[in-house]
Amino acid sequence: MKHLAEYRDGATARRLAAEIGRIATRRWAIMEVCGGQTHSIIRHGIDQILPPGVELIHGPGCPVCVTPLSTIDRALAIAATPGTIFASFGDMLRVPGSRGDLLALKASGGDVRVVSSPLDALDLARRYPDREVVFFAIGFETTAPASAMAVRLAERGGVENFSLLVSHVLVPPAIAAVMESPGNRVQAFLAAGHVCIVMGTTQYQPLCDRYRVPIVVTGFEPLDLLEGIRRTVIQLEEGRHTIENAYPRVVSDGGNRAALDALAEVFVPCDRTWRGIGRIAGSGWRLADRYAPFDAERRFTVDGILTEESTLCRSGDVLRGAIKPPECPAFGRECTPRSPLGATMVSGEGACAAYYHAGRVGTATGRPG
Amino acid sequence: MSDDRPDVAGRTCPVPLPHDARIVLGHGGGGVLTRELVERVFLPAFSNPVLAGLGDAALLPGEWWPGGTLADGARVAFSTDAYVVQPLLFPGGSIGDIAVNGTINDLAMSGALPVALSAAFVLEEGLDVAILSRIVSDMGRAARRAGVAIVTGDTKVVERGRGDGMTVTTAGIGIVPARSRLGSLPPAPGDVILVSGTVGDHGMAVMSVREGLAFESPIETDSAALHGLVAGLLAACPDVRLLRDPTRGGLVTTLGELVTGTGYGIEFEEEAVPVDAAVAAACEILGLDPFHVACEGRLVAVVPADRADAALAALRADPLGGRAARIGRIVADHPGFVVARTAVGAARIVPMPLGEQLPRIC
Repeated sequence: MKHLAEYRDGATARRLAAEIGRIATRRWAIMEVCGGQTHSIIRHGIDQILPPGVELIHGPGCPVCVTPLSTIDRALAIAATPGTIFASFGDMLRVPGSRGDLLALKASGGDVRVVSSPLDALDLARRYPDREVVFFAIGFETTAPASAMAVRLAERGGVENFSLLVSHVLVPPAIAAVMESPGNRVQAFLAAGHVCIVMGTTQYQPLCDRYRVPIVVTGFEPLDLLEGIRRTVIQLEEGRHTIENAYPRVVSDGGNRAALDALAEVFVPCDRTWRGIGRIAGSGWRLADRYAPFDAERRFTVDGILTEESTLCRSGDVLRGAIKPPECPAFGRECTPRSPLGATMVSGEGACAAYYHAGRVGTATGRPG
Repeated sequence: MSDDRPDVAGRTCPVPLPHDARIVLGHGGGGVLTRELVERVFLPAFSNPVLAGLGDAALLPGEWWPGGTLADGARVAFSTDAYVVQPLLFPGGSIGDIAVNGTINDLAMSGALPVALSAAFVLEEGLDVAILSRIVSDMGRAARRAGVAIVTGDTKVVERGRGDGMTVTTAGIGIVPARSRLGSLPPAPGDVILVSGTVGDHGMAVMSVREGLAFESPIETDSAALHGLVAGLLAACPDVRLLRDPTRGGLVTTLGELVTGTGYGIEFEEEAVPVDAAVAAACEILGLDPFHVACEGRLVAVVPADRADAALAALRADPLGGRAARIGRIVADHPGFVVARTAVGAARIVPMPLGEQLPRIC
């Protein structure tokens, strides 16, 4: 992990930011697609050291946020079924369904386990053969290969008490959806490096051509992000729009063959609904027919659940840059960090939370955190 | 592509629930949820001025004693803590070590010299007696090393499935010498914040076992009794404003508690906070922030600026403070908030954690 310090060097970061400032001759709006990149940008304050004309717009790349309410409700229904062990990545536990969340379900007796890999969930299934073990398979192309591997191993090993509640989503259709969204301001994308480790880079050139946008494959550390932004701005200034790999130390054009094979065998593309965005054609994966017995939605009765979405939050407008947080009627009133109405107010890293705190901080730090 | 076109502008986001009606794990995380539980449920029921101070240890007022005071104006410090951890044994120690050292540290943060401890055990039916013996002998060794006696105790057994192996509750009393000036002046802008060593070691020692992470050299708990370190610090810098041990919720929770409801803020340099390389790596793998991860043998000290060098030297002179560092300062700006300076030179608000930290997937 000595790389960590190398890619976080403050002096080099400021030098890169200054270089971006020299290159940029006009205003540019760049979207980082991945929630992990958003986290890193805010965590390290990359947006604060960029020249004022280069704006980062946070994309829809947080799998937790875009998992549809109906799927959360199904997860809650399955997890509440007696005899079930429901295994999930940790940060899904706080996401509310129509009535309650997994944390509350756990507190009232549901067997909800936090795992860091679907393979851990498969181990649970082996250890508890008389229980149904369901893994909540969410995430982009990064987490999907492990889901595929788990299902494959379950089939080969005859583990029949294991299934997946699948809500995997894909980046390229989301990029297309952003570009076709009314009033879109995004002029270029930082593609998610970890997604490209799996999928390679070849999927993106058609998007560059179709929407005439540069897409630069970018990593997650401060220097990775700044280098991705630098290359994006160069393309924008030169009027080019091509796929470029600014994360070559881990991303190859062809992707990860073993992972791609597992994905192709286990999953087939499907339409999927993104929370707050709507249905995007071909934007998800479901289990292929051969693996349908491992589909939790077939094993459990999950039809007829009444799904009720809250409609107060305008974080979509905030994320798109259409409004600033204080322009939302709920900002600082119904919606605060303690009782947030949207993801942008949930963590200290969200735009709304940053503005909320900045109001208190005044000019002390110059800019919101 | 007109009517059915997805509209990014219409995004709404998941709304976390307030969790007011039922206890969730986050209520034990040491963050905002814990504080609210204490304020809403416990304080009204127990209402008294000593508890209202919400210190790690209670300092009993002299007038509570027969005769109105203790000899020489010394004060009695009293503290208790319940210990639950899985696994019970982890690299570098066990629940027994932290049960003894943790309560000693709560006393030490008030400047008290620990005198005696109690220990109460809730054992789960089926617990291996060899494990219990190992844990109890760890407790004995930790107490002897600290020069403290475990003088009273209790044991209960609960049915299998209702006890998580075992839990330990210890209480301790200590004496704050009359000469102690610790805390006689509150923190003020300009004061310097020190940390006595690397942060996050204990939490990652436990989590790396839980997650099955193996490193070339395993991450070990930092569990240690700190009253000796505190004595050395106070000798070099009697006017220490405040001492805290950053246990659950880690460094940022402790810093957050320091400024909550006060007229000052904290600014600290992320790069200045010592983090062991293996701990940093484990945190990266699990998607955790080392500043949020528990220590069991570290302290945070707020000291006057003109004594900061002496205080730091005193900490570093002790083997338990070898990697002590100056990490930040008390500021008049942004009262009630902790601001971190990042490596790239940006500033960000560090929010008080809500409950327990959940690993992120993205």
